Amino acid sequence: MSILVDTGTRLCTSGITGREGTFHTLRNREYGTQVVAGVTPGKGGQDVEGIPVFNTFHEAVDREGANTAMIFVPPRFAADSILEAEDAGIELIICITEGIPAHDELRVYNTLKKNGRARLVGPNCPGILSPGKASVGIIPATFFNAGNVGVVSRSGTLTYQIGYVLAQSGFGNSTIVGIGGDPVPGTDFIDVIGMFQDDPETELIVMCGEIGGDAEERAADFIAERVTKPVIGYIAGFTAPPGKTMGHAGAIVSGSRGTAAAKEEALTAKGVTVGRTPTQVAEAAVAKLRG
Amino acid sequence: MMPFGDRATRLGVVGVVFELGSRIAMDLLEYQGKQLFARHGVPVPSGKPAATVQDAVAAAEEIGYPCAIKAQVQIGGRGKLGGIKIANDRAEAEAHAKAILGMDIRGLTVRELWIEGASQIASEYYASVVFDRSFKAPLMMLSTKGGMDIEQVADTDPDAIASLHVDPLLGFQDFHGRRLAYEAGVDADVVRPVGAMLSKLYQVFVSEEATLVEVNPLIVTPDREVRALDAKVTLDANALFRHPDNAALRDLSAEDPQEMMAAERGLTYVKLDGNIGILANGAGLAMSTLDVVAEAGGSPANFLDAGGGSRADAITAAVEVILSDPKVKAVLFNIFGGITRCDEVARGLIEAFAQIRPQVPFVVRLDGTNGEEGRKLLADAALPNVDSVETMDGAAARVVELARAAS
Repeated sequence: MSILVDTGTRLCTSGITGREGTFHTLRNREYGTQVVAGVTPGKGGQDVEGIPVFNTFHEAVDREGANTAMIFVPPRFAADSILEAEDAGIELIICITEGIPAHDELRVYNTLKKNGRARLVGPNCPGILSPGKASVGIIPATFFNAGNVGVVSRSGTLTYQIGYVLAQSGFGNSTIVGIGGDPVPGTDFIDVIGMFQDDPETELIVMCGEIGGDAEERAADFIAERVTKPVIGYIAGFTAPPGKTMGHAGAIVSGSRGTAAAKEEALTAKGVTVGRTPTQVAEAAVAKLRG
Repeated sequence: MMPFGDRATRLGVVGVVFELGSRIAMDLLEYQGKQLFARHGVPVPSGKPAATVQDAVAAAEEIGYPCAIKAQVQIGGRGKLGGIKIANDRAEAEAHAKAILGMDIRGLTVRELWIEGASQIASEYYASVVFDRSFKAPLMMLSTKGGMDIEQVADTDPDAIASLHVDPLLGFQDFHGRRLAYEAGVDADVVRPVGAMLSKLYQVFVSEEATLVEVNPLIVTPDREVRALDAKVTLDANALFRHPDNAALRDLSAEDPQEMMAAERGLTYVKLDGNIGILANGAGLAMSTLDVVAEAGGSPANFLDAGGGSRADAITAAVEVILSDPKVKAVLFNIFGGITRCDEVARGLIEAFAQIRPQVPFVVRLDGTNGEEGRKLLADAALPNVDSVETMDGAAARVVELARAAS
């Protein structure tokens, strides 16, 4: 098993005809993901290397049975595209787009929550990979093996780094989920950690957080209450000076709140092992798995 | 104007931390905020901006006395530091304008003034609308303890702040205003106008796509009028494409020159104190790289996220930005390609060496998408002073060693 994406995934890319949209959709297909359609308004009837392009998500769902969407359109069109996918009945929407206006994110988040039909992962995330089954997004999938470590992360490249060190130690992943670095993520640590807890294949959970916000602190409470599987944590940004944004919209420290130290303390207090470097995280995971 | 960036907005109220920083947040000056308010019907004292003593005196003469001469800086507490003064005549207006212009307020130089008619104050309240990322809804707050540091009120007398979340799909309703007004305990005769004020502030928040709208103090005059005496507005820079008027308020000339140079090239650069230049792709990996370098005993000179899909020209620009800091003794490239392709990074580095001819050693770690091609390009180019190291930890250790040797 794995979570969110697998061999049953039928992917439709919004923005498939753009440079990045085409490149990564084809890479996802090459990896083995069932890519069934793409959406670009005005380009319906065309195809991208054999993948049919439709004008609307509704057509992609009706004609090709798409059940997962990947959003690759520019930020000003992204909210609309997510809402269209949800309206068409897509259950899982993965938004790679970065730089979406905060109020758009708020509207999308609350609409999806109210309707309760679809899950959004992202925005501003690298996607989801279930090694050996499906890859949706921009994760360099060939670096990862199938296995029993579930990874959830706010950062893309950092996830690759940790997954890579694990792979080099001979371990693999059930699923890697990038939840994104934006202030209003559709899916949070808690959601994904809960899914990993319920996934029989996942034996250990790695969560990569970063400075800013309180998602890691909330996850710590959730882990204490609900999670019986071992969890290894990592927090990026120990050396980040207060008041400076570190690239991710969500990553900024002010006062003593949201610092890496505060997050580490919250997690450690709830029994989560926290590594100081990606290598330490992988080592701690390996030690637990070899138990 | 010193736009947004180095200061995060923080409200330690009801467990909420709201933070947004440079590149995505744009802090307005008081008078710019008030001009936005006026556009949405929020009552504000009328006034004029001035950048010279002459203009300030002319504005004061036009507005009449007494008038307030207010420093325009994006930092709180300017009143206590002498940044707000009341002028009763022309001579005072001139003296105050002279004193305040050019004055240093917590590291910021005052370049603009705002002159407005002095208001008579019966009560001072506090009102705000905050983008609450934890709750994923706008948070509205109202307190009768206005005119002072609201964080202090939150610490010492949290019950004095009434707050509620507004469902963003529903929007602000009159009952929200009444509830806040009654819970905060505003004078009974101004419950309605305070509610109306809150409604308009919410409208500013939504239609201007702000992440913070704060009024402190919101005053009641002796003739029972409700007015915004201050305005603190932070806009979402990601939404500026929909607000060309607001976008024009940005003044890049006041930004840190290196950070500006980086922003123009689509890079996120933050200057730090150390001597090891850092470039990584992705904010998380870049932060982690700083940590790993610090763990290895080094001191990073900067944070630089070359972004997703870093093209060769962005990498060349990044090298230029990093090396513009004379303290840099060695540079670490830590790339794990996802959307970024390592061959593009290698091309960018090779191009940078051709253009800039760096004098400091580089340590490069390339992995991920097209990693092999990237490493091969670098090996073939045989750049002077460039070490290719396989792992992140190894690369960090090596760059720390090189920086030490050069210091």
